[in-house]
Amino acid sequence: MSVHPLIDKIEKNQLRADALPSFSPGDTVRVHVRIVDGEKERVQVFEGVVIAISGAVQRRTFTVRKISYGVGVERVFPMHTNRIAKVEVVTRGRVRRAKLYYLRNLRGKAARIREKRTW
Amino acid sequence: MSRMILGRKLGMTQVFDETGRRIPVTVVKAGPMTVIERKSSADKSGYSAIKVGFEDATRQEKDDSVRWRGLTKGQVGVFEKAGIDVPKRVVREFRVREEHLDRYEPGQVVDCTLFNAGEIVDVTGRSKGKGFAGVMKRHNFRGFRATHGTHESFRGGGSIGASAWPSRVFRGKKMAGRMGDERVTVQNLRIVQVLEDDGLYLIRGAVPGGRNGLVMIRPAVKKSAHA
Repeated sequence: MSVHPLIDKIEKNQLRADALPSFSPGDTVRVHVRIVDGEKERVQVFEGVVIAISGAVQRRTFTVRKISYGVGVERVFPMHTNRIAKVEVVTRGRVRRAKLYYLRNLRGKAARIREKRTW
Repeated sequence: MSRMILGRKLGMTQVFDETGRRIPVTVVKAGPMTVIERKSSADKSGYSAIKVGFEDATRQEKDDSVRWRGLTKGQVGVFEKAGIDVPKRVVREFRVREEHLDRYEPGQVVDCTLFNAGEIVDVTGRSKGKGFAGVMKRHNFRGFRATHGTHESFRGGGSIGASAWPSRVFRGKKMAGRMGDERVTVQNLRIVQVLEDDGLYLIRGAVPGGRNGLVMIRPAVKKSAHA
């Protein structure tokens, strides 16, 4: 919903120039995050399952969940931030809903996602 | 300080800063304002100030005739005297030090170039009216617990005072009543960006009032811009 045409304009200007590959909830992705520590900038990879995509225009974010040393870790990335260097899609998952929050209650084998078959 | 600009709040959104972090901003359409009059402590007003007008008071009628809106003839006269063709709907004054009065000339237009990105400002507006509000909403009282025998009083304010002494309720006792729709100033907001083409300011954080509310932007009283 548009609040004001001038606000739309500001929002469109915030969109990233290089489109990220399209992915959807259930996909496993590798997010390359730019991290500035001190003077240096380096890239860190966060790999996990996309469990949610929300928001519109430049406010769009996606949530990636992974299990790190037995602990579930979720990170919410703004789609259009310049901190994301790139996103690689590792696998496409076959899921039946848009928000996969139920994965939080599942461990190990139960938390697997079937791969999308193409033929 | 001798700067002030009137604007309309358009709404809020978020923008990214250079490190890719999101910043919540209020979009304000600022100016253009026209200087109407200079008041000097030397003349009969007795104080130094600048009177400005904001937003044209004319309206295009269906038959293409142009009409003044919401102004009396006396008010229109003020503009004629200043030599301004189109009367303005909003007229405000702001104090300017005597020695800075000559920076403004009647008829001069003040636009969003008045402030630069990075400056710290105070923003004044009229807050959204909340109507007759209870003490929990209005004064952040805690109400009563929901269980354990609470009887027909969950959001009340409790006792409003003792009995025989003082036999009255103290002045200023926080009680339910009208809330909002009052003049509110939010201090120390940073201007994140100035979009000159559209006459817009992006101001970090929230600003009083609803959409299309009139806001007044002045340099911060308590802080100055830092790099």
